Amino acid sequence: MDAFTHLLDGFGTALTPAHLAFAAIGVILGTAIGVLPGIGPAMAVALLLPVTYGLDSTAAFIMFAGIYYGGMFGGSTTSILLNTPGESAAVVTAIEGNPMARSGRGPQALAAAAIGHFVGGMVGTTALVLLAPAVASVAVDIGAPDYFAIMVLAFVAVTSVLGASRLRGLASLLLGLTLGLVGLDQMTGQSRLTFGTLHLSDGIDVVLVAVGLFAVGEALWVAAHLRHGGSSPIPVGRPWLSRDDLRRTWKPWLRGPLIGFPFGAVPAGGAEIPTFLSYATEKRLSKHRDEFGKGAIEGVAGPESTASASAAGTMVTMLTLGLPTTAVAAVMLAAFQQYGIQPGPLLFQRETDLVWGLIASLFVGTVLLLLINLPLAPVWAKLLRIPRPYLYGGILFFASVGAYAVGGDPVDLVVLLLIGLLGFAMRRFGLPVLPAILGVILGPGAELQMRRALQISDGSLTGLVNSPLAVAVYAVVAVLLAWPLARRLVRAARR
Amino acid sequence: MSEMTHGHGHEHGHEHGDRTPVRRSELGLCAFLLVLGGLVCVDALRIPDDFTRRGPVGPEAVPMLVGGLLVLVSVLLAVDVLRGGRGQAEAGEDIDPDTPADWRTVAMLLAAFLANVALIGPLGFPIAMAVLFWGSVYALGSRDMVRDPLLAAGLSLLTWFVFDRLLGVPLPGGPLMGVL
Repeated sequence: MDAFTHLLDGFGTALTPAHLAFAAIGVILGTAIGVLPGIGPAMAVALLLPVTYGLDSTAAFIMFAGIYYGGMFGGSTTSILLNTPGESAAVVTAIEGNPMARSGRGPQALAAAAIGHFVGGMVGTTALVLLAPAVASVAVDIGAPDYFAIMVLAFVAVTSVLGASRLRGLASLLLGLTLGLVGLDQMTGQSRLTFGTLHLSDGIDVVLVAVGLFAVGEALWVAAHLRHGGSSPIPVGRPWLSRDDLRRTWKPWLRGPLIGFPFGAVPAGGAEIPTFLSYATEKRLSKHRDEFGKGAIEGVAGPESTASASAAGTMVTMLTLGLPTTAVAAVMLAAFQQYGIQPGPLLFQRETDLVWGLIASLFVGTVLLLLINLPLAPVWAKLLRIPRPYLYGGILFFASVGAYAVGGDPVDLVVLLLIGLLGFAMRRFGLPVLPAILGVILGPGAELQMRRALQISDGSLTGLVNSPLAVAVYAVVAVLLAWPLARRLVRAARR
Repeated sequence: MSEMTHGHGHEHGHEHGDRTPVRRSELGLCAFLLVLGGLVCVDALRIPDDFTRRGPVGPEAVPMLVGGLLVLVSVLLAVDVLRGGRGQAEAGEDIDPDTPADWRTVAMLLAAFLANVALIGPLGFPIAMAVLFWGSVYALGSRDMVRDPLLAAGLSLLTWFVFDRLLGVPLPGGPLMGVL
C-alpha cells in the first residue's frame, strides 16, 4: 500500500543531483576498492567509513549503498580475471569465470556477472520493498526477550555454521564480546575493563574494531607471508554477450534471486551457501553440463545474481531487526551507530526519509553499477596489476586515516594497532573474524535486552522465554547446537 | 571476506602434527584466552555491589559469564591442541602458506605505524602519514627511491586536502600546512 508512496518519496530523495553524485562516487569507489585483490566488501566499507564522516546521514547512507553493491560487484571481477576471490560470495564465480577468461571468453564472463548482478539486485531490492515494511510492523511488537533470543541465535549461527572449528568460532565470539564490554555499563554507569583510564570509559569505537580486525590484521598477516612474484591477471576487453550467451543466461539470472534472497535474510553466513546452491542448481539444469568446470556461462550468471539478491536479503534483516547476517552488514550497522541511528523495527517510523532514500538508492546504485561497469571493465582489470607493497601500504594508510578521523586522537591509532595485532593472531590460529565483529556490535545490545527482560520478570529466568517467538527462536538454536552431535551419533550408530 | 573462504580447516593435522613450535604457539593462544578470561572475571568482581544496581542483574553478571566462558574455552582448546588439533591459518591470494612468518617485515611495518602515532601530533597529518606510507612500502619490499617518496607525499597531501577541505573531516595540517 503506502510502501509505494514512500518509495516514490525515496526516489525524490535519491535522485537529487547531490545524492545522485554521492551514489555514483560510492559505486565507483566501492568497485575500485572491491576489485583490488585481497580486499573484500567488508574491508572496503570499513576503509571507506571516514569518507562519509563529514556528510549528513542520508547522503552518507546513499553513498554506502553504492559502496556495498560496488564492492560486491568488484569481487567478481577479481574472481574471473585473477582466480582469487576477494570474498566468500565470489568463490563460486571463479570456478567457471576464470576458465572462461583463460579461454578468451573474459568479456562474456564479465558481462554475465554484471548483468547477473543487475538482475539479482533489482529483483532482490523489489522483494526488500515488499517485505521490509511488513517485517518491521510485525517486529515493532516484539519485546526484550525476543530480541535477546534473536541475538543469541545470531551468535550461535555465526559460530557454528561458519568456519571449521566451533570451539575457535566461540573463542572469536568471546573476544568480540570482551571488547564490547569495555567502557561504562549502559544501565548503571559502572566502569568495566577500563583499568582506570578515561580514554577507555567511552568504550572502544566499533569502527576501530572493524578496521583493525579486517584491514590492519589482514595487511600484517599478508606481510608476514607475502608471496613474491604471484599470479598475473588476464587482460580483457569490453564486456558483451552474444545471442547464444543470452539464451543460456537469462534463466539462471532469474533463478538466482529465488535462492539468494531468502538465504541473505537469515543468519546463515551470507552469500556463501546460496551461491554454491545456485551453482549446483544451474549445473543440474544446464543443457551444457559437460562444459561445467571448463567455463560454463551459466555457472557465472546464476551465482552472481544469487549473491546480489542475497545482499538485498541481508538488508531486510539489518534494517528491520538491526541484525547483521554478514560481515558487510555488521560494518554497515557500525556506520548506522556512528550516526546515532539504531536500525530496527522503529527505523521505518522514525527515519522514514532516510530508510526509503536508502532503499531507492539501492535501485539507483544497481542501475549505475551496470552503466558504469560495463564500459569501465578494462580499467578495473588494470587495477589488478597494482604492486603489492603499494596495495598493503595503502590499506595501512587508509586504515590509519579512518581510525584517526574518528576522534583526532593518536591514542586511537595505538588501539587500532593492538586490535590489528589481535586480527593477525586470529588469522594465524584460524579464529574466524566475523564472530568477533558480531560480538562487539551486538554484545552490548544483547546484554541490555537480557537485563531488561529479567528486570520485568523480577529476576526469574522464565522472563527470557515468556513469548512464543522467543521459544521458537530457542528451538532453532537448540537444533543448530544439537546438529553436529546428532550427526556424530548417527555415524556412530551406522558403524 | 576471505576468512570464510578457506574450505575444510581444522584438520587434526597429522601430517605436520607434532611440530613442537606449532603446538607451543597454539598453547600460547590458550594461555592468552585463559589470562584474558581471568582478567575479565577479576575486573567484574571489583565492581562495587551496592545501591547503584538496577534490577536483578547487575553490571558484573555478563562479564562474569564472558570471562568464565573464556576460561572454559581456553581449557577445551588446550585439550584439543594436545590431542593434535590445529587451527587452519587463513589463506589468500597474496599469501604463501609454506614460508615461515617474515617477522622482519612485520616489525618494520609496526615501526612505520608507531612513527606515525608519534609524529602526527607535532608534525601534522601530511608529513606523518607520508612517513607511514613510505615506511610501509619499504617494509613490504619496494625500493624505488624516487617514485615511493613522491607517491607517499602525493597520497598524504591529497588525502589531507580531500578530507580536511572537501569532506569537512578536520585533520591537523601541522607546520607544513602553516607554511604553504
